[in-house]
Amino acid sequence: MLASLVRLAPLWRGSKTMFRHEWIEKNAILLLVLTLLTVAIGGIVEIIPLFTIETTVEHVVGMRPYTPLELMGRNIYIREGCYLCHSQQIRALKDEVERYGHFSLAAESMYDHPFQWGSKRIGPDLARVGGKYSSDWHYAHLTNPQELVPESLMPKYRFMAETPLDFDHIAQHLRTNRVVGVPYTEDQIAHAKEDLLTQADPAAEADALMKRYPKAVVVPGNPKGPTEMDALVAYLQMLGTLVDFANTSAEKLQQ
Amino acid sequence: MAEPMQVPIQYNEAVVRKFVIASVFWAVVAFLVGVYIAAELAWPEANLGFSFINFGRLRPVHTSGAIFAFGGSILIGSSLYIVQRTCRARLFGGEALADFLFWGYQFFIVMAALSYVMGYSQGQEYAEPEWHIDLWLTIVWVIYAIIFVGTLLKREEPHIYVANWFLLAFILTIAVLHLVNNAAVPISMYSAKSYAVYAGVQSALIQWWYGHNAVGFFLTAGFLGMMYYFIPKQADRPIYSYRLSVVHFWSLVFMYIWAGPHHLHYTSLPDWTQTLGMVFSLMLWMPSWGGMINGLMTLSGAWDKLRTNPALRFSVTAVGFYGMSTFEGPVLSIRDVNALAHYTDWVVGHVHSGTLGWNAFISFGAIYYLVPALWKRSGLYSNRLVAWHYWISTLGIVLYISSMWVAGIMQGLMWRAYDAFGFLQYSFAESVNAVHPYYVIRWMGGVMFFVGALIMVYNLVMTVRSPSTNLSGSDAGQFGAAGAVVAGE
Repeated sequence: MLASLVRLAPLWRGSKTMFRHEWIEKNAILLLVLTLLTVAIGGIVEIIPLFTIETTVEHVVGMRPYTPLELMGRNIYIREGCYLCHSQQIRALKDEVERYGHFSLAAESMYDHPFQWGSKRIGPDLARVGGKYSSDWHYAHLTNPQELVPESLMPKYRFMAETPLDFDHIAQHLRTNRVVGVPYTEDQIAHAKEDLLTQADPAAEADALMKRYPKAVVVPGNPKGPTEMDALVAYLQMLGTLVDFANTSAEKLQQ
Repeated sequence: MAEPMQVPIQYNEAVVRKFVIASVFWAVVAFLVGVYIAAELAWPEANLGFSFINFGRLRPVHTSGAIFAFGGSILIGSSLYIVQRTCRARLFGGEALADFLFWGYQFFIVMAALSYVMGYSQGQEYAEPEWHIDLWLTIVWVIYAIIFVGTLLKREEPHIYVANWFLLAFILTIAVLHLVNNAAVPISMYSAKSYAVYAGVQSALIQWWYGHNAVGFFLTAGFLGMMYYFIPKQADRPIYSYRLSVVHFWSLVFMYIWAGPHHLHYTSLPDWTQTLGMVFSLMLWMPSWGGMINGLMTLSGAWDKLRTNPALRFSVTAVGFYGMSTFEGPVLSIRDVNALAHYTDWVVGHVHSGTLGWNAFISFGAIYYLVPALWKRSGLYSNRLVAWHYWISTLGIVLYISSMWVAGIMQGLMWRAYDAFGFLQYSFAESVNAVHPYYVIRWMGGVMFFVGALIMVYNLVMTVRSPSTNLSGSDAGQFGAAGAVVAGE
């Protein structure tokens, strides 16, 4: 029966032009090539300019690569699928700016491989959560969210406080980031392990860390060595705090 | 008929049977996980404090399970069925290649699901598998393309049937999307961890170019291929308009790819890209409805079949949901609507009216058609059970999407509400509290959809266990391209 269907309507009947769609549907390779070309156009027009137009990412003061501990915290954020419930993108809308702070800049995620803007707010936006709460609050909240926010739907992440952070390959993490474009210096890569331990140890001398990574937040940590929760809190405490908004203006943020 | 009598071609149906079994199995798994994570949102205690069943790790299991495992298996399986029959050619590459495709794809699914639970993720929605799993899928997909295009090339039928255009566009575009979006550098050859090549705003656009076109080419073009084959088959009518098919195909393929930026309104993505995404999303309404009309009008003169063939009811309702979601989508892509709806449950409801109403229903229709055909049974074990499945799932979808509309619009309005003094009226936590009843209703809708699937499993098992009819090819022979000549005359 299908054969007869195909036979009934094979031509672009009534077409006065020379073109016949029949040519395409009788030639698998032609159909394949034309389909690929048709599909490619939209992507090319939208994506390529984002890499070539200079103003796509604003020039602002303060952005720096993640500290080793923040980077490991970010990896845990990704691993646990936090982005499925929390956005990191404050839209340029009045209520969002009032609730969460200055709208997010493209520059603020320029070292995010990949981005973590999210698409759903089952919990609140985290783009500027850094510094909003104390580190102790974050430890307590991650351990048992409902104790601090009774309405919360968040799972309990107690296990993170009990899981030692695996950071044997931290230098390799930084180096890989450099391969994909994050400007880590030799100095930063050489001191990766040291910086990571320093940021999770309030007793340690943090001057060198702060020089390499301004505004890094040292987390309380514990004597047994950094845990996954230490890393995650260091990451959360840094979110949205880097850009110096006093030093920028609306014109500078024009994309 | 002027044509000479032919020996019926021995199609490779074994691989199609395997894919059908896999898709039914994964449907049950994906729906069950969906029901569970819906429960986690209604009652967070259900997370139980175990890392591997936390919402964040299970959600990718649900989405990948539903889209790639259930949807992918029925899509690949039915595409192999369709391409053989409409080309009057056995699958290119023989049984070995087809079996590699089946087992390779199932291995990909299992690897991906296990990796999410164990905590490996790229952190990109619908593209969570890490680099080594992506590479494996690339190999499997290339084999799939070779089998499909190879079969098209050795076809006996002069024309390539419209279903195959859509299936070809699906296979090609998914390959391009997969390769570009998953570009990543592993920290070492021995580590699963990698860092994406793109960062920030470019990463965001490429991800949603991928994400939206996973909808456009996996969940739309691929399933339209199914629509263009199974609806004419079940209704025993030719496609309503050939010309509409041509316009539908090229306009859909051209326009869909532009629509991704509507996921990023008011964000740090430059405005020009957002506007372009919105304009194309609005235009996309036209080809979508063109396709819907083409599918529905195919039933002209055969609407009475809906009364006697409950499986056809699934296929037709699917096209109805397709029309509804493809109207809701352009509406949501309008910036001002999106300002309210983005980040809320409205979007979750929209996705499910598409995936449950369109993708799952058209799949159920195809499965109910395929199982008797593939196992050579005269019909299904029970049409009454199909009707039960139909009504319980439809009711489940209605509960799901209407609760999400209410929850989503309420969230959006609460987040932007100001009190008399000009302050934000509600804390975020208050909005979480307010949607709780709707999360419970959504869960109930999901349970109903899951129960419907269980009814289907029972019906299919009983169908396969019923005695073989040995009708020369049953439905398949009666309708098959070659069969029209052999059995029909």
